[in-house]
Amino acid sequence: MMAHGPTTAAARPVAQAATREGYGQALAELARTNPRVVVLDADLSKSTQSAVFAKACPDRFFNLGIAEPNMMGVAAGLAASGKIVFASTFAIFATQRTMNQLFQSVCYPRLNVKIGASHAGVTVGEDGASHQAIDDIALMRVLPHMTVVVPADAVEARLFTLKAAEWEGPVYLRFGRAKVPVLFDEGHEVEIGRAQVLREGGDVTLVACGVLVSEALKAADFLAAEGIRAEVINCSTVKPLDGETIARSAARTGAVVTCEEHSIIGGLGGAVAEFLAENHPVRLRRIGVRDLFGQSGKAEELLEEYGLTAPHIVRAAKELLETRR
Amino acid sequence: MQPETVVSEDYADLARIARQIRRDIIIMTTAAGSGHPGGSLSSADILAALYWRVLRIDPQNPYDPDRDRFVLSKGHCSPALYAALAERGFFPREWLTSFRKLHSPLQGHPDMKKLPGVEMSTGALGQGFSTAVGMALAARVDGKDYRVYALLGDGECQTGQVWEAAMSAAHYRLDNLVAIVDRNGLQIDGPTEQVMALEPLPDKWRSFGWHTLVIDGHSFPEILGAFEEARRTKGRPTAIIARTIKGRGVSFMENVVDWHGVAPNQEQRDRALAELGGEV
Repeated sequence: MMAHGPTTAAARPVAQAATREGYGQALAELARTNPRVVVLDADLSKSTQSAVFAKACPDRFFNLGIAEPNMMGVAAGLAASGKIVFASTFAIFATQRTMNQLFQSVCYPRLNVKIGASHAGVTVGEDGASHQAIDDIALMRVLPHMTVVVPADAVEARLFTLKAAEWEGPVYLRFGRAKVPVLFDEGHEVEIGRAQVLREGGDVTLVACGVLVSEALKAADFLAAEGIRAEVINCSTVKPLDGETIARSAARTGAVVTCEEHSIIGGLGGAVAEFLAENHPVRLRRIGVRDLFGQSGKAEELLEEYGLTAPHIVRAAKELLETRR
Repeated sequence: MQPETVVSEDYADLARIARQIRRDIIIMTTAAGSGHPGGSLSSADILAALYWRVLRIDPQNPYDPDRDRFVLSKGHCSPALYAALAERGFFPREWLTSFRKLHSPLQGHPDMKKLPGVEMSTGALGQGFSTAVGMALAARVDGKDYRVYALLGDGECQTGQVWEAAMSAAHYRLDNLVAIVDRNGLQIDGPTEQVMALEPLPDKWRSFGWHTLVIDGHSFPEILGAFEEARRTKGRPTAIIARTIKGRGVSFMENVVDWHGVAPNQEQRDRALAELGGEV
């Protein structure tokens, strides 16, 4: 079944929005609709957009200062007392600085803590390597009980944040700083754990998440111009992985390219490779940061520098198809 | 050595319960062949006072939203907690000897999803205290009057997270939160003051905005008096530095660092139980 989404370049909307904006919109809605929701931040509420909730609902917002480990512990205690807690900060601090807290206090007791992680990936831009989370999906994916969601645009970011509030247990929500294309209209429907085929094609499968979904769609256009029909799967939930949808496509195409703004180690590419190697081995290439640190630059420059744009996806797809012949 | 604590008739029941907790700590760790008797024994009197005189809890309704919460942030002292919970009726005493065994609800460190009465899964030091801050904040959000108690090890106060949590509790003026530090002076590698000096520990807590008391952690009048003073203290959280003896109650374990994380053998078990007295 085809989801709402673009199928041609002409249909693609030009509107741009950061996924973190979708997070802020959803928190504003939850402030009105769900009295169980409590939001925390670690001195980055304007950047993460949690300030929107703080303004709407100051009695249920707590700034914990620059103390992320304590923030995750406080989140766990609130969740153990019946709250649905959104703990917000930059992705790099939400994961690396709190790994042991998420393991012990959040995931082990399977508490209702949702991590709203903004500024993920290299599109953080000028702040450089210290602020660019390129391993956060890998870190979160390895935690038992953790669900990992990477929305493709601001619409999905809003919808998945609302879904996370209803989901039982910990959820990692990955958002970006930079404005990226809005791919979906308001009628878009999402479900945690379900990947969506955005474009059908029988020659090669492009499995993408986050900002790379729009690049994968562009790549499919380029490939189509050369007579190669690419199937594009939006894999917004990296864990639990929708292996069924991916395997069904891989069975038809026999060639898979994964696309993510993340290390090629342990993220979407790792998850898909693990699943396919065990269940349906096919030729596979991973588009991602190739075991490197980030650096300063403009978002679009960095996407190009690290090989995360449509032309790189096209090249990987064509290489795969050549080795098949 | 601190002077022997005088137990008046008013506290005879607590002394009897604390003795039972200590006996169970010895029995459980021996049966498991591992565990942490030293810091469990040092906190037995505090737990007896909390579970029999202070906490508003109902073992028949362990998830009552209005209950007081106790978080064992020094999670390795689970034997003391399990003994108190069993004695208080949260689960059958027969479960105690399953401690640390495969599929047991009595995990090496407490698991809130496996055992009723356990408020938080702890073990990684510094973390339980933060969760207690979260529980105290939840009471504020919900307008509930329950109180939250966290028991910390003194070595645990070397973790940065304890001070992050202390700062946040004072910032939000959580007067429904009490931190008790089991100040037995020893950690795995030796005396705390040699491994990583904590003193002046009460000054540290005071400077973080906590109402801070220093008591004899084996004196029931002092323990109960401190909890009462904490209850009367408004606008800020209370820290109780409880001076204790690691291994308290078993002569050959008292103040001996090696008993931090080693179980007694059968012969040591029998000697310890004989010293503790009470029913065999």
